[in-house]
Amino acid sequence: MNNRIATAGNNGEKDRSDCFVSLELTPSGGIQIDLSSKVKALYGKTILALCSDVLQFFGIENAILKVEDKGALPFVMTARIEAAVKQLIDTDKEFLPEMLPENLSSSTRDQRRISRLYLPGNTPALMLNAGIHAPNGIILDLEDAVGISKKPEARYMVRNALRSINFIDAERMVRINQIPAGLDDLDYLIPHHVNLILVPKCESATQIQQVNQRISTIQEKSGLKNPVWLMPIIESAMGVMKALEIAQSAENVVAMAIGLEDYTADIGTQRTAEGTESFFARCQVVNACKAAGIQAIDSVFSDISDMEALKENVLRSKALGFDGMGCIHPRQIKVIHDNFAPDEKEIENAKNIVLAFFEATEKGIGVVSLGNKMIDAPVVKRAHRTIDLAVSMGKLDANWVENFKK
Amino acid sequence: MKKYDKLIINSIGRMVPTEVNGKAQIPFQGVGKHIPEGRKYAPKISSCANFPSDGNKLVGSLKEALLKAGLKDGITISTHHHFRNGDLIANQIFDIAAELGIKNLVWFPSASFECNACLIKYLEDGTIHHIEGSMNGSLGRFTSEGKMAGMGVLRSHGGRYQAVQDGEVHINIAVIAAPTADIFGNANGVDGPAACGSLGFALVDSEYADKVIVVTDHLVAFPCIPWQIQGNHVDLVVQVEQVGIPEKIVSGTTEITKSPDRLFLAELTARFCEVTGIIKDGFSFQSGAGGISLAVAEYFREIMIKREIKARFARGGSNKYLVSMLEEGLVEYILDGQTFDLDGVRSMRENPNHVWTSPFTSYNYHGKGNFASLVDVVILGATEIDVNFNANVVTHSDGVLLHGIGGWQNCLFSKTVILTVPLFRDRIPVIRDEVTTICGPGELIDVVVTERGIAINPLRKDLIELTKNSGLPIVSIAELKDMAEKICGKPALPKFTSEPVAVVKWVDGTILDTIWQVQE
Repeated sequence: MNNRIATAGNNGEKDRSDCFVSLELTPSGGIQIDLSSKVKALYGKTILALCSDVLQFFGIENAILKVEDKGALPFVMTARIEAAVKQLIDTDKEFLPEMLPENLSSSTRDQRRISRLYLPGNTPALMLNAGIHAPNGIILDLEDAVGISKKPEARYMVRNALRSINFIDAERMVRINQIPAGLDDLDYLIPHHVNLILVPKCESATQIQQVNQRISTIQEKSGLKNPVWLMPIIESAMGVMKALEIAQSAENVVAMAIGLEDYTADIGTQRTAEGTESFFARCQVVNACKAAGIQAIDSVFSDISDMEALKENVLRSKALGFDGMGCIHPRQIKVIHDNFAPDEKEIENAKNIVLAFFEATEKGIGVVSLGNKMIDAPVVKRAHRTIDLAVSMGKLDANWVENFKK
Repeated sequence: MKKYDKLIINSIGRMVPTEVNGKAQIPFQGVGKHIPEGRKYAPKISSCANFPSDGNKLVGSLKEALLKAGLKDGITISTHHHFRNGDLIANQIFDIAAELGIKNLVWFPSASFECNACLIKYLEDGTIHHIEGSMNGSLGRFTSEGKMAGMGVLRSHGGRYQAVQDGEVHINIAVIAAPTADIFGNANGVDGPAACGSLGFALVDSEYADKVIVVTDHLVAFPCIPWQIQGNHVDLVVQVEQVGIPEKIVSGTTEITKSPDRLFLAELTARFCEVTGIIKDGFSFQSGAGGISLAVAEYFREIMIKREIKARFARGGSNKYLVSMLEEGLVEYILDGQTFDLDGVRSMRENPNHVWTSPFTSYNYHGKGNFASLVDVVILGATEIDVNFNANVVTHSDGVLLHGIGGWQNCLFSKTVILTVPLFRDRIPVIRDEVTTICGPGELIDVVVTERGIAINPLRKDLIELTKNSGLPIVSIAELKDMAEKICGKPALPKFTSEPVAVVKWVDGTILDTIWQVQE
């Protein structure tokens, strides 16, 4: 028997909606649970019952379990206990919280990914309300936002979050660890209806293929066949040089992002607000994405207090051809949406082109023209995209054509 | 003196005592139902002949003043809370009383703060019999555990004025700590090292107490201008080294929240007010000092600038955010009951449109009207709200008393009352089947804004109509409760003994609810 004390969770002064558990297996004496909780009066009994259930599930009959609870929801607490149990006993069993029916939804290849909010994978308090801020996607981060010692327990937290938290309309994404270590993360994600996997520090098509192989193996075992999209992140000079290869590496790669903190470190420079140092890399990534027909996603903007600078950054990013950007704070979402959205002038142009297209189609003319200028097919297509985006972001009435005719 | 006697069910279905601390009580009868008759309480007539003709009422020490004012067993002593957590005077009064072996005092503060937690020792040794006023933090917990000899009596700011005016509470000695005063007893809160802005909470004490002591650390030559407290009401003046710790007077909840979830709530609240047309030219609003409330005012500002709207007045605690709206011309007047930061103090001192008010003008229910009902919209918080819109601000869901009522009850008379609350705090649902303690009847609460939906009281058909097709997430209050319980689980009810420990008064002096001793 392993007689050390295993721990999991967070109990810092500022931690909320979390708990810290320590578990010691004992030779006899049954299950002893020592609970301190700020919600004891309201949930004390159910918490004790839940703790017993988890230990029983793993066949533990004698143990001392200490729980310091700061208002953890049940799925958080069971993730913590399971993480502790698995440090002490070897088992394939998983204590899974009930899957919310709304979390069975799949996402589509070309769905809007203008904003995606990073959430540290081991900090449940930040996850619970993430959906209300209406990002296009949420990213449960197992990589840089989780300290090395917390990596194992974060997997249970992220797995349970995928099953238990309603992120409202956000696409459910997870950033795994760098390949090859990140491959093992997939075991905790793929069976739980994750929509998209971010593959960090990607440098080759082979890495993407490795990810896909692992996904197939897991899906075969679980029998689940929901689509799992991939978004490689380019974060090194090598990655930039291999951008096209990576963008085209697999059918399920739907977007590719650039990560500038690591990239600038890799090329031996500093990240600046103007971004001259990453101009080439950004253009290369955008071009590779467009060549491969996937979405190009820009790096996060790290100064969360400066919304004006974020706005400028978004406008530059949009001008370069990016389709979206990561966020590290919910307040960034609105700025990113507002500024990636087509502006008045773009919408006006697009409307004219689309109306000309309708007119041409009505008249059965193959060529679209505006005034005496011919409009090429890609331009018409872009105009349609602009209109769709403007409508979906509430910048244009869905019945704009009828209203126009009135 | 009996702590309480004979419990009966009042009109809102709560069990309340008919006698508290030896005094007969009227159970809550319904909103606007209890109309008292008779005359106001009046203090004894004083005569100039008994006061020095040179106007000098200075005495050597607080102890001397208290003895001269008739400090003895069983009397009621009042203080105000304008110094918040930086108050240095209230505790000294009871140190002096304890040193003199005085027992069974009643403390009648306008509010208590954590800095008053050291008074627990005097509640234990019998110096203080009980508190009539807010029992916050440690004092609340002490009360909840049934350790206070008498019953706690919780009143709103307006209810406190009403209780004194109507003769329910007879103040023997009022101690008014003042940032600036003169030897005659004129005093204000806008000047001096402990400047706190208004002294409105001490007004009723100065008018009705048998003896009034002004304590200051900033004595100026007569006349002390402005005189928020008139020296004609004052018996004795004491000069001390320090009355309050400035950085603790203007501290704490006066910064806008940085929590994205709370900002979201504030923005949603402001959008509700925009969509429903509450924010219109010439409107008025009140929003408290908490982080969410401050943020609501900031979002109001954005909407007002965008739509070129000006407010006629803003009520409530003032702070730098409200002051900047006044200075930018977005708000014409601030009617200030309590000043929360130094920008507020400066503005009150310098700007004639920043007006200090008192619970009499703003909140007192037994008067010829008050300002609270003239306000178009008020944004408040709550610890719990039930499916009938009844709300609680004093106890937590575990049953423990932790907060006072403040002006919350009085504000419920505004034209639209919005409670902006998170759906759950950590794991504790805010929307419940039944609140632990009723502080506000649901009929007065119009809207509950949470991050996952807005519930409108079915009585407000106009607001329901105005929000149709608005894109706002309108849901029923029962749906909110279900959402909270789906996330958090259904909480157990707190366990109480059958011992009442405090009562919650309604604004008219009747008893709305009882707070019970928590079971260990």
